[in-house]
Amino acid sequence: MIKIVLPDIENLHQLDVYKENGGYTAVKKALTQSPDDIIDQVKRSGLRGRGGAAFSTGLKWSFMPKTTDKPKYLCVNGDESEPGSFKDRQIFEYNPHQLIEGILISCYAIGAKTCYIYIRGEYHKWIRLMQKAIDDAYAAGLVGEAMKTTFSTDFHCDIYIHKGAGAYICGEESSLMNSLEGKRGYPRIKPPFPAQNGLWGCPTTINNVETITNIPPIINNGWDWFASIGEPKHPGTILFGVSGHVNKPGVYELPSGTLLTEIIYKYAGGVPGDKKILCVIPGGSSMPPLRGDKLEGVKMDAESLKAAGSAIGTGGIIVMDEDTDLVKVLARIAHFYHHESCGQCTPCREGTGWLEKILKRIIAGKGSVNDLDLLITVANQIEGNTICALGEAAAWPVKFMVERFRDYFEKRVNKEINLEVANKVHSMRHSAITVEEIQH
Amino acid sequence: MEFNFTPENLERINTEIKKYPKKQAAVMAALYIAQEQNGYITNEIMSKIAEILDMHPHDVLSVVTFYTMYFQKPMGKYHIQVCTNVSCMLRGAYEIWNQLREKLQIENLEVTSDGKFSLEEVECMGSCGTAPMFAINEDFYENLTKEKVEEIINSLN
Ligand SMILES: Cc1cc2nc3c(=O)[nH]c(=O)nc-3n(C[C@H](O)[C@H](O)[C@H](O)COP(=O)(O)O)c2cc1C
Ligand code: SF4
Ligand code: FES
Repeated sequence: MIKIVLPDIENLHQLDVYKENGGYTAVKKALTQSPDDIIDQVKRSGLRGRGGAAFSTGLKWSFMPKTTDKPKYLCVNGDESEPGSFKDRQIFEYNPHQLIEGILISCYAIGAKTCYIYIRGEYHKWIRLMQKAIDDAYAAGLVGEAMKTTFSTDFHCDIYIHKGAGAYICGEESSLMNSLEGKRGYPRIKPPFPAQNGLWGCPTTINNVETITNIPPIINNGWDWFASIGEPKHPGTILFGVSGHVNKPGVYELPSGTLLTEIIYKYAGGVPGDKKILCVIPGGSSMPPLRGDKLEGVKMDAESLKAAGSAIGTGGIIVMDEDTDLVKVLARIAHFYHHESCGQCTPCREGTGWLEKILKRIIAGKGSVNDLDLLITVANQIEGNTICALGEAAAWPVKFMVERFRDYFEKRVNKEINLEVANKVHSMRHSAITVEEIQH
Repeated sequence: MEFNFTPENLERINTEIKKYPKKQAAVMAALYIAQEQNGYITNEIMSKIAEILDMHPHDVLSVVTFYTMYFQKPMGKYHIQVCTNVSCMLRGAYEIWNQLREKLQIENLEVTSDGKFSLEEVECMGSCGTAPMFAINEDFYENLTKEKVEEIINSLN
């Protein structure tokens, strides 16, 4: 099985091992070509962002102005806070040098001399591991001023880690830039877009950790090689993080377009107790949930998932078995978005609170069928009316979960599901919690 | 009471400042360093950081209150953060959460009377594949069971 981002090579995180396996040859090769040439190869490779929106990486890079007096910046997004996502930390731990090499090539292509890797504050250990790799690369003359001599080039680039401090919203690119500048992480109104007006008003490109880690193999093996892997419209491999009710949760690097059922049953070992699947969220908690009886034939790439009524997001697959209490799951998701809303836009600030409140009412057995329509109305009022996409992220799970599991939710509010039973046979693996206890 | 950074910590802040074209960008790092030195963030700390980074103290405060990892009151020697988000919830996180509340007799963001433990319910920590989990200070503990939780907590002194 082809692995691009997390190859099975022991101790690959060490600089010498990475070098023995062809490390830092891609940047050497890239530096002999023109920046436009690099952008063109990345465009043709078909690489799309792995941070959620699956936008063409080469196209994004081409938005960076060619002539400007201002410094340009690359921000690598390692905020990784989307519930169900735990892939970027594997790169920090197991393949940090490929990320560094990818940064050097990317910075050369867009003309940036400084890169900030924004890593969520809770990742203390992974920040240390990543910093160690950066220090080793500096010491070996692969980064910074010294790379001019090492690679006989005029180009040089510095890499710094910026540590976050616990805010999901800082993964949103404009919030991330405000956070980096030392401000509250409020998302900015777009336009202007970061390529024109980003960090400190300068042209900036923001890419996900996994996206940038794909760059060195593309340069070394050619864009056509990459474009031939997986689904042609969204090529390459994807790090799928599988969690929830599966026997072998974990991160699986597989070609895009792999069947969702194959990932769950073949790689993640199926569902404990051979239970049926009630629901799967295929791309992290912000993405529309799919019904367990509608998974057949669903392929894991941006276009196929769109056709199936969801989105690839960060590739975080959350599996829920038939005994899962979907109302509690949805209430927990709603709580998350309410907690993480930065509060700038009224529809998001107030709407996320309403969604949580209504769902908690249903959990407490005081809901009605009208509440189900109300949930969808509130979700629709958030969607499209906010500064950033957290609005959609909060609205989608509610809207689609209630729509797609209307039968389940109606039974629940009509008390055809005994609350006692619902609480017992509920989503936790081991035992039950009482209604009061979830009212934290 | 005026707050002063230790000389080593001032040096660390200066190193942070050099990473950026504008001093203010070092505020998050400076706050972490202050919290490490003092345990939590006080008004005096915010004034000091504002002075060092040419900021208004209000702007430092707005950063402190925006992020969840800065504390304005002392937390326990062992700050336990339990993730209860979906992937963890599906694998028993609330059981762990309730177990700890009972064992330590404290609620969210409270500290035990001896100052040893504090508890916090947190959002996804990026350990969904090794759920349930908690973090104690900077260390992650994953694939938890009730027995493991007992063992880990009892081993701390
Ligand atoms: C609320 C919210 C949270 C986000 N969190 C992350 C994140 O943690 N990591 C990430 O790479 N992208 C995140 N994104 C997407 C970024 O805004 C941005 O699109 C992405 O980093 C671009 O990188 P890519 O083109 O390589 O995917 C988030 C978006 C939103 C709206
Ligand atoms: S949509 Fe929500 S998170 Fe995004 S800017 Fe508006 S209030 Fe903040
Ligand atoms: S949901 Fe708990 S670590 Fe992700």
